[in-house]
Amino acid sequence: MDAILLILLIVGGATALSWPLGRYLRWAMDPVSLDGPAARFDRLFRAIGGRTTGADQDWKRYCIALLAFNVVMFGVCFAVLALQQWLPLNPDGKEALEGSLIFNTTASFTSNTNLQHYSGEVSLSYCSQLAALMWLQFVSAATGIAALTAMARGLAGRPVLGNFFVDVQRATFLVLLPLAVVLATAMVCGGMPMTLQGAVKATTLEGVEQVIARGPLAAFLAIKQLGTNGGGFFGPNSTHPFENPSFFTNVLSTIAIVLLPMASVWMFGRIVGRMRHATVVFAVMMALLLAKLAGAVAWEQAPTQAFAALPIAQDIGNLEGKELRFGAAAGPLWAVATTCTSNGSVNCMHDSLNPLTGLVPLAGMWLNATFGGVGVGMINMFVYIVLAVFVAGMMVGRTPEYLQRRVEMREVKLAVLAMFAHALFILGGTALFACTPWGTGTLNNVGAHGFSEILYEFSSASANNGSGFEGLGDNTVPWNVATGLVMLLARYIPIVLPLAIAGSLAKRRATASSAGTLAVDTPTFGVMLLATILFLGALTFFPAAALGPIAEHLQFIK
Amino acid sequence: MTAFVTSLRLTAATLLVCVGGYTTLILVLAQLVTPHTANGSLVTRADGTVIGSERIAQAFSEPRWFWPRPSAVGYNGAGAGGSNKSPTSADLTERGRQVVAAHGATAARPLPADLAAASGSGLDPHITEAAALYQIARVAAARGVPPDRLERLVRERAFAPGGFLTHERIVSVLELNLALER
Repeated sequence: MDAILLILLIVGGATALSWPLGRYLRWAMDPVSLDGPAARFDRLFRAIGGRTTGADQDWKRYCIALLAFNVVMFGVCFAVLALQQWLPLNPDGKEALEGSLIFNTTASFTSNTNLQHYSGEVSLSYCSQLAALMWLQFVSAATGIAALTAMARGLAGRPVLGNFFVDVQRATFLVLLPLAVVLATAMVCGGMPMTLQGAVKATTLEGVEQVIARGPLAAFLAIKQLGTNGGGFFGPNSTHPFENPSFFTNVLSTIAIVLLPMASVWMFGRIVGRMRHATVVFAVMMALLLAKLAGAVAWEQAPTQAFAALPIAQDIGNLEGKELRFGAAAGPLWAVATTCTSNGSVNCMHDSLNPLTGLVPLAGMWLNATFGGVGVGMINMFVYIVLAVFVAGMMVGRTPEYLQRRVEMREVKLAVLAMFAHALFILGGTALFACTPWGTGTLNNVGAHGFSEILYEFSSASANNGSGFEGLGDNTVPWNVATGLVMLLARYIPIVLPLAIAGSLAKRRATASSAGTLAVDTPTFGVMLLATILFLGALTFFPAAALGPIAEHLQFIK
Repeated sequence: MTAFVTSLRLTAATLLVCVGGYTTLILVLAQLVTPHTANGSLVTRADGTVIGSERIAQAFSEPRWFWPRPSAVGYNGAGAGGSNKSPTSADLTERGRQVVAAHGATAARPLPADLAAASGSGLDPHITEAAALYQIARVAAARGVPPDRLERLVRERAFAPGGFLTHERIVSVLELNLALER
């Protein structure tokens, strides 16, 4: 009962907020009229970019601009992390980081993944946390929103996709920054620390010394949650009492995880001018979200199996890796929200979830389009839509069409390639590390659960998620290099290929809709889309799931 | 090439506004409005030395204190973390056995589960109300105070963290132990 109320509050609250926010996103990202405030902002953004900001771009130039900015992001972050021992804002004297860890962390935050092979309070200075990581949490999320805006413009039939340098500033300054200020203020009021003073030394009541790390938490947390970033200030992320002090900060944080990914769907609908289609897509995502929530919350009510034979009263479910102040259902709820979207922050330890509960976050990252990352979640869903339209067209023997444009061989090939890349990175990487000491030498659990740790790490990297089965000893050169490369490839391939599809669709002549047109704004299409996602996902990943969480469940849970 | 020049200009602008401006704004706001929590909710003695933080669990092992949940990181406030063990792990059974022995739990008087399971951060400052009541007999004996006084102490401080959205009541271990000292 508590669980149902909490789900209603969080999912209902986020859905209700996403509607007006979607309207605002449209206003901010793709202004309709070019006078009034929109025009003033545009002039400002072009002035910041300088004369080189240039004119509107076709899909190729848009991608080049996006990649160029991301290369600079990578360079700046790498430099700050590599030089942290000499930079200011280092009250606790954090020292130099190892090379492959710098590469992994930079790739992780540039790609909006926020996979963490370091532990924040142990390794990073405040300068690294703020000027490298928090900065990327703004601009990498903005990159995703800009990419979706461009794709939607292409699908709306516009020959040029807009200007990336203007779009990324709109997303940063008009969308993420105001939301972050509001959320950070709420977190400050909720009791979250916000200080630049270093760690404090305490002498406990029993007379032992305890060093307590602090930091600029409120500012960091707000953008971490809003931009589907998820990189924690502290090692254990939002389980930490400073990073998530109370039940209420936890509710707000969970809403912030799904808010912008939800609003992205409405923005997409408004730009392509098909709100009914967007509603069908939103409903499909919501169905997947609710199904995963039901599974995770139910399975996590089972008590900790390891304590079964001991005189321990287990009446609130599995408590290992969970904090008491969030309530019993908050852990699995957050675990689902953070992996449906590509957020990846955690408020309980996923490694210690019951085996089948642990399968749900994995499934979320495999599908990676249940609202998904800010902007990119809807882009991933677009790839599924292209495939669904294609399959449906084949079934009824008609030329597939999407938004009045014919979908031809080239588009389907590109869509399949994007799908295939995700599967290859996860399954190929897992296979390689499961049979070499690179993986097997780093496990924290034995047997099927150990396999799950490897599978989870690659799923998280390829889905640009960033959560982990954190027992894995992943700060090694092989892990840092392999997941670093996967994160970068899995970020840019699924942005560039869909933009290419949108670019080529935009050039095609619009066909008149007729009785034979496949309608994409009906419940029938919703069911078709859902089936496509489930069949593709299940066929690709079921064998791996059977070797990991399912095997562990069958082996241990009675 | 021009794309890189523009990117550098954007980098400067976003760093200035989203890192410099935004952090300063939230920092000033927090230090003005909520200075106590903004600096980590520290608890101090009369002489100004720091005992700990209201929000961070600290180790208690002597019988005269209420004990917190187990910590996989030994209550390290500068290196938090969980056990990351599977709930099916034999290591957890072993830890469970040790905790059961330390609390002297028996089948007739089973231990509340939160006293056996480590939290995600290793710094969870709370235990359930049931877990606090469970420890009253030991604390009362060690201190020579009547158990019903301790029970009142616990019941006064226990709270439902989410109001009507949570039915499990919890209590802060450090707060209880500070009250014992008074």
